[in-house]
Amino acid sequence: MSVLEKVRPEPPVTVRKEPRVTDEHGRRIRVGELVWRYLLLLAVLALTVGPFLWQLSTSLKGPTEDIYSSPPSFLPARPTLHNYTRVADTIPVWDYALNSLKVATANVVTNCAGSALAGYALARLRFRGRKVTTLVFVLAMLVPVEGIVIAQFTTMRELGLNNTLIGVVLPGAIGAMNVLLMRGAFRNLPYEIEEAAYVDGANVWQRFLRVALPSVKGTVAVVAIFAFMGAWDDFLWPLIVLSDPSKFTLTIGLNYLHGTFAADERLVAAGTVIAVAPLIALFACLQRYFFRGVGEGAVKG
Amino acid sequence: MAASVRIRRQLPLSPWLFAAPGLLVTGVFVLYPFVSTLVNSFTDRRTLLPGHFVGLANFRELLHDDMFWTGLRNSTLYVVGVVPALVVLPLLLALLVQKNIPGITFFRSAFYTPVVASIVVVGLIWVWLLDERGLVDSLLETAGIGRVGFLSDQWLLLLSAMAVTVWKGLGYYMIIYLAALANVPRELHEAAAVDGAGPVRRFLSVTVPAVRSTMVLVAALSSVAAFKVFSEVYLMAGPSGGPAGEDTTLVMLVQRTGTGLTGRVGYASALSVVVFVVTVALMLLVLRADRRDES
Repeated sequence: MSVLEKVRPEPPVTVRKEPRVTDEHGRRIRVGELVWRYLLLLAVLALTVGPFLWQLSTSLKGPTEDIYSSPPSFLPARPTLHNYTRVADTIPVWDYALNSLKVATANVVTNCAGSALAGYALARLRFRGRKVTTLVFVLAMLVPVEGIVIAQFTTMRELGLNNTLIGVVLPGAIGAMNVLLMRGAFRNLPYEIEEAAYVDGANVWQRFLRVALPSVKGTVAVVAIFAFMGAWDDFLWPLIVLSDPSKFTLTIGLNYLHGTFAADERLVAAGTVIAVAPLIALFACLQRYFFRGVGEGAVKG
Repeated sequence: MAASVRIRRQLPLSPWLFAAPGLLVTGVFVLYPFVSTLVNSFTDRRTLLPGHFVGLANFRELLHDDMFWTGLRNSTLYVVGVVPALVVLPLLLALLVQKNIPGITFFRSAFYTPVVASIVVVGLIWVWLLDERGLVDSLLETAGIGRVGFLSDQWLLLLSAMAVTVWKGLGYYMIIYLAALANVPRELHEAAAVDGAGPVRRFLSVTVPAVRSTMVLVAALSSVAAFKVFSEVYLMAGPSGGPAGEDTTLVMLVQRTGTGLTGRVGYASALSVVVFVVTVALMLLVLRADRRDES
């Protein structure tokens, strides 16, 4: 969206006689202001990223190192990956990670496909009941998940899908918000392109797949990222639906690890690093889309 | 809609085929559970037993359930504690990262890391930081203040959970404010500066009025989320909600009473209805306060 795109271009550092730092309007920023800005930025950085680094540091400390020392030591004296192998001996952490990956991947696929299809119908196809259908998705978006988890749980029992990974995926498989996001994206496309395809004899599926869908790749990416993170992070629903430890996702497994082996923080730390690393990596790769998506999604609702 | 009038000939069934998967999932897993929550709240249904209509018995029982009042109190306190911080702090943060200075993209992404991390990871990290032998207390001891034991006291624990919620939410709302700030005309600031207004004055009389509707949006979003808090408190206080369950929130109570083989689905549904009603009321309250301010 406009903000971040406006803000994004690399700051023009004009090198004439002296290097200057200018803001987005080409106005010079005073050195004094720059100094206090960076000081504040670094302070906030310590506060937001510091806890993750402390966790990483704890996970790398060996069994003989005192992790409770006061004053605390921020760097492991002799860094070791030993704790990571020990987590795997204690709980099947890689199986849990695989379960999470399955759930997240399924969630991405179903959300992208399902919400693109429904969004396209709502934005571009004429049919009786289109307004009512739109309203259904708007209402569904307003229902708080926390208020219906128990009924979702009983529904899942009735379907015999309790305690399965499919049961974890299904309630969020096609998010109403994603449908509305896709609807918005399709609506913003100029009609002329599709008309041309129509004149060329393309039917509705061809227009959807070959013309419309490729034009809204950005929004599909946003839906994919949200779907992946949402599924990877979810805690309440898997906690309710999964009872068999062999089916746990990583979040539930970690909570289990924490509850059972709270005595050794090094293990818990290693477990959390395993859980958070893929997300940070994914985020680092896709942050461009992500920031745009969050801004848009939040403001347009 | 002009074109859809022109592109008229299509298979009569296809629009429904397009919408079917979405409608099916939404119907079966959102709307049906919503309706059955309402229906179940008037029954004594349990996980394995069908249940009978009991009228308002569940709601009457709620009124005499100490745990319900504890949950309602904690969830309400959560809103009171978290929302003001989440309305103000991310705005200040957005102002800090708004200027396009070298490296700012890095800072923006870094400040967003807590949003990206799973709530479970965040919860466990802070449990470790706030542990009696953890980093925060050990820093406090080094500074000569002594160890506090944030997680052993019912109120400090709730306060710590709120701090974690704020910490995790900062980056998210920062982005929303960044979008709003980009739309504030620079001329307003310049005119105010010419009139001799300092940074604080300009913040209060230019920035705040310009992003007011965004502040209301943030207040609405964060108050609804705060009232429904589950994970932070569950992870930091444990499944039973801390000492004598005193840190239980409403959604924790829903989860505890409604699940498992002996789950009281009817009673938990009544609790859910309360959560739902308060959530809607909070939304309306915030939006209404907004309208009153405007007139």
